[in-house]
Amino acid sequence: REDRGRSPQRDFHILFVPRRSLLCEQWLKEQGVLGSFIHREQYSLDLIPFDGDLLSMESESAFKECYLESDQTSLYHAAKGLMTLQALYGTIPQIFGKGECARHVANMMIRMKREFPGSQNSIFPVFDTLLLLDRNVDLLTPLATQLTYEGLIDEIYGIQNTYVKLPPEKFAPKKQGEGGKDLPTEPKKLQLNSAEELYAEIRDKNFNAVGSVLSKKAKIISAAFEERHHAKTVGEIKQFVSQLPHMQAARSSLANHTSIAELIKDITTSEDFFDNLTVEQEFMSGIDTDKVNNYIEDCIAQKHPLIKILRLVCLQSVCNSGLKQKVLDHYKREILQTYGYEHILTLNNLEKAGLLKPQTSGRNNYPTIRKTLRLWMDDVNEQNPNDISYVYSGYAPLSVRLAQLLARPGWRSIEEVLKMLPGPHFEERQQLPTGLQKKRQHGENRVTLVFFLGGVTYAEIAALRFLSQMEDGGTEYVIATTKLINGTSWIKSLMEKLEPAPF
Amino acid sequence: AFTFDDEDDELSQLKESKRAVNSLRDIVDDDDDDLERVSWSGEPVGSISWSIKETASSSTSLLEGRDSSLQKGSSSYAALPKQVSSYSLSSLFKGRNKLPSFQCLSDALSDTGVKNYAPELRRPKAEYKDYSSDWSPKDTVRRMQRGKVCSLERFRSLQDKLVLLDEAVAGHDGNVITAVLIFLKRTLRREILFRELEVRQVALCHLIHFLKETGEQKLLLDLLRFLDRTEEVALSQYREHLNIQDVEKRREFLKGCIGLPFSAEDTSHIQDHYTLLERQIIIEANDRHLETTGQSEIFRKYPRKASILNMPLVTTLFYSCFYHYTEAEGTFSSPTNLKKTFKIPDKQYVLTALAARAKLRAWDDVDALFTTKNWLGYTKKKAPIGFHRVVEILQRNNAPVQVLQEYVRLVEDVETQLNLATKYKCHDVVIETYRDLKDRIQLTAYKCKVERGSAEEEKINSILNN
Repeated sequence: REDRGRSPQRDFHILFVPRRSLLCEQWLKEQGVLGSFIHREQYSLDLIPFDGDLLSMESESAFKECYLESDQTSLYHAAKGLMTLQALYGTIPQIFGKGECARHVANMMIRMKREFPGSQNSIFPVFDTLLLLDRNVDLLTPLATQLTYEGLIDEIYGIQNTYVKLPPEKFAPKKQGEGGKDLPTEPKKLQLNSAEELYAEIRDKNFNAVGSVLSKKAKIISAAFEERHHAKTVGEIKQFVSQLPHMQAARSSLANHTSIAELIKDITTSEDFFDNLTVEQEFMSGIDTDKVNNYIEDCIAQKHPLIKILRLVCLQSVCNSGLKQKVLDHYKREILQTYGYEHILTLNNLEKAGLLKPQTSGRNNYPTIRKTLRLWMDDVNEQNPNDISYVYSGYAPLSVRLAQLLARPGWRSIEEVLKMLPGPHFEERQQLPTGLQKKRQHGENRVTLVFFLGGVTYAEIAALRFLSQMEDGGTEYVIATTKLINGTSWIKSLMEKLEPAPF
Repeated sequence: AFTFDDEDDELSQLKESKRAVNSLRDIVDDDDDDLERVSWSGEPVGSISWSIKETASSSTSLLEGRDSSLQKGSSSYAALPKQVSSYSLSSLFKGRNKLPSFQCLSDALSDTGVKNYAPELRRPKAEYKDYSSDWSPKDTVRRMQRGKVCSLERFRSLQDKLVLLDEAVAGHDGNVITAVLIFLKRTLRREILFRELEVRQVALCHLIHFLKETGEQKLLLDLLRFLDRTEEVALSQYREHLNIQDVEKRREFLKGCIGLPFSAEDTSHIQDHYTLLERQIIIEANDRHLETTGQSEIFRKYPRKASILNMPLVTTLFYSCFYHYTEAEGTFSSPTNLKKTFKIPDKQYVLTALAARAKLRAWDDVDALFTTKNWLGYTKKKAPIGFHRVVEILQRNNAPVQVLQEYVRLVEDVETQLNLATKYKCHDVVIETYRDLKDRIQLTAYKCKVERGSAEEEKINSILNN
């Protein structure tokens, strides 16, 4: 309204992205400004491609809405996104799923298909299978600290829409003679995706394996630049010069990632990181999950950031199928006394989401699940991994394990364990018009689209990519999700907003 | 139907009839996209050729005197001063997309001046408002899902409304469900609404979410109470305290929360929250007074950086150990009083007191924390936390080496002890430990870590030579 008075010449338009919200319009109406907008439109963004094999809705509140507030609107949009996908890439003949939300999305897809019979198209299906997974089938994985290169960048600095902002000191260009007085103060912004060759090579590796790749790369690039001394003929020099931009790009890419790796190494070699990781791994391998943990208590006493504490206690709770009432009360009391009583509201949310709750059945299912699905692998090889557990240096993400077993040998072999995980599991088939039924050639991979309802981590993405490039894997994976998350952003979305709303 | 131009000075005598004709719009089924409106000159209204003709022949006039009843979707435009050309392509597309609202028109009225207008290529009205009376609940929901604004007013009977709601829920689009709920909330008696929602879980969840977002606290609480979701009522009400800035009012509010149906554990936390704030108010008033009058030395030396109000319990304890350490248990601000009132465990208490006294460099107080007299009268040092933690905290506060050393000596695990001693340069401890371990090699190696000619070096030498 103020703005309007100031500049009566201005037209105001409002563009709702990704979709208009009646709630929003209602509020605008109440404020008396709804009519001031000349255009009220929505720009529908359902699934946004983040990379060649990655799609995200970037719906931050999807998990909270679905699991805390029983509002499944974001699932409706996920279904719509999938319909669009099918319109472009062909009907997906097989749908598998695990979880309440998965079931809901599948039902909506089938219904939407029925209601728009004209959408039957004649495109050869690109995807053989769709796997819908509820985030709450695997609450453990996002809580653990990711150990892939990209995962660590996200954990420490936070990747937003493929961009990361880094402390600028290590990126200042080294100029001879300048005493560093012109150090940049703006954080360094870098884009991270597979268009960058080096990044594509190292992003999904365990961080401990990145160093050797970088040093090998450094040698190759140095050698390439040395070539200029060997170039004798005009032809050779010309060839060298034509390669120059590519080599320069490679060198700058190497410089950037060497700096990033150094920044990360400072953190991963710190005592605190090591202590934190040790406790995480103890929990994940089933050690002492039923007692109050000393390290957690120490961290609370030293008033470490609350989200770190919450991640750890939730991890313990999930690895114990819920905490004993005494242990839970003890943690809650310490947290409330140290960080403030108002956090009762957040703790309540975490309980509702199943992350931090009392053990109800008196039974701890986690060891059975862990053993049957081989979630903890002692003999992990970080340099040359042979199993997806390398992404957490020992823990195989439950969600990815389920995808892996679905492809081979199929879920029938893990019926018992599946029943221990929340939500129904199901299979649906969608009719393909005759003539479009694909017969896979020998050696040709199936393509599976894995849709994580509630969020996915970069480590899980790395694990799926690992499966894709396995020699005799047989399946290639494309990943879709409601949001790219890490433990911190995920827990944050579940925390109660403690400042009063601005209006 | 015909439209009249808005040039009042030419047609002012026809205002009445103009209004009458234009209001015919309400009666006519305007939803028919096929009907084209044609102007006097025979061009379809809204077409480019028509707009060119109109602007060419118009004189300056404004949209004065139009009241809201006329503006429903009619294409209005302001004629231009003759000098300005309106035939440029861009001008044909500039202009306003009329929405049937009064505010919009008033904007048009106020926004006079040189503005390129042409009646833009108007979108079919069907896009914006639904005037038909015939859409079934199912179809209404469909249209809403596609973003069309529908009037729900004609769903008068309870039956109709419920069918509409069920259709909306079946359609899964949250926006539509919310829209229907807003309508029902407005047009149904509360008891009926609650009763019907009780058996419609999805719609219920949407309404609760909506009430939370819009801050309609009272209605939300009534609903939750009706559903017997007592704990949620309690938590929801408690949440409101965050909106109260004034401490006294907040304190009162928290007091009121105590009787609410929280779970047993949570009840004690809420009670503590109230008690804590109550204490903090007293302490704050008192300390502010001490500060301003300059009576107390400690406040002079270490002026407070922030008020203690609304701080967590442990922070309050630290504050109390810092500024009020020596006070007797009877006062509200004494640490021992806090410990007792809130049942703070020994571990937490000792850690906090240690941190506070170490910051003040009150090493004697630190000493006293760990000294206990046993029944024989001998003093002994023990701690509910490992002594390595004590050392860490002391070191962080730059305790002198002599003090550090004393506590390093008390660390039980030899390896940790050695590590800490080496790290913090507690030479005597290192030397003594190596001596006790009879480790000549390490002892000799350690010589290079001490200053030449220092007492430590001598000590090493004398041990080695024996």
